[in-house]
Amino acid sequence: MRAKVEVFLKPGVLDVQGKAVENALHGLGWAGAANVRVGRVITFDLAAANAADGRVEAEAMCDRLLANPVIESWTVEVTA
Amino acid sequence: MKAAVVVFPGSNCDRDCKTAIERTTGASVTLVWHGESELPAGLDLIVLPGGFAYGDYLRAGAMAALSPVMGAVGEAAARGVAVAGICNGFQVLTEAGLLPGALLRNAGLKYVCKPVELDVVNTQTRFTAAYGEQRRAVMTVGNGEGAYFADHETLDRLEGEGRVVFRYRYNPNGSARAVAGIVSQDGNVLGVMPHPDRAFETELGSADGALLFQSVLGGF
Repeated sequence: MRAKVEVFLKPGVLDVQGKAVENALHGLGWAGAANVRVGRVITFDLAAANAADGRVEAEAMCDRLLANPVIESWTVEVTA
Repeated sequence: MKAAVVVFPGSNCDRDCKTAIERTTGASVTLVWHGESELPAGLDLIVLPGGFAYGDYLRAGAMAALSPVMGAVGEAAARGVAVAGICNGFQVLTEAGLLPGALLRNAGLKYVCKPVELDVVNTQTRFTAAYGEQRRAVMTVGNGEGAYFADHETLDRLEGEGRVVFRYRYNPNGSARAVAGIVSQDGNVLGVMPHPDRAFETELGSADGALLFQSVLGGF
């Protein structure tokens, strides 16, 4: 079983990296690029019996280490 | 008096802290490797120094917060032992849940390294008592992820409880409400982004950081 976790700064938290990338895209002529957010993708194998258990495990990992709940939110995808 | 400075892989201010504390307070300072699960007995101060523990992997301070020694640091903090996290050490303390909030990438995206003027907001703490009537201090910041962040409710609470102890006079990194240093609810855990260990004698441009160590350990 494979887990994929995406971590982003929460909507209310200023993402200065995203802002800089957005400005650079504008500089290259893509004036319509907006709301750029830079995040992190973490993938790993899981030993869980099924996808539901795997998801619970991955969520706990996010809460404990992979993300900082004070400033970040995340999504978990588990595939067989 | 006895102090310990924790050494994480990637700490780079551990010896600065040891020297600063020894010279300004006369306390004996032990360097403790992060892999130790016990701290020396009878400590008056534990310092988590600046640097890039674990290369800032994942998030600054995230891996260090799970180091074996942090269990002992947490227990000592719960017993009331003074704990000071400086720069990267502040990041470690927030990641470990010993202080509220988090440190974000600087608003200007650049690593900022320069002396900064601070207001000593609260001189009634274990870490600032020696400042007395001196309400201004100059210390050096050196950080890329030094912008303090907490939700409004937390910031209001910190301010209301006198737990914002240092504030930037000219915010160098976009810190919420220009917060440069905070203490825990019990007042025995300090997180401070500017380096007192880089401002402990006039030859370094400022000796104002000495008062922080002297507040905890005496010698002033």
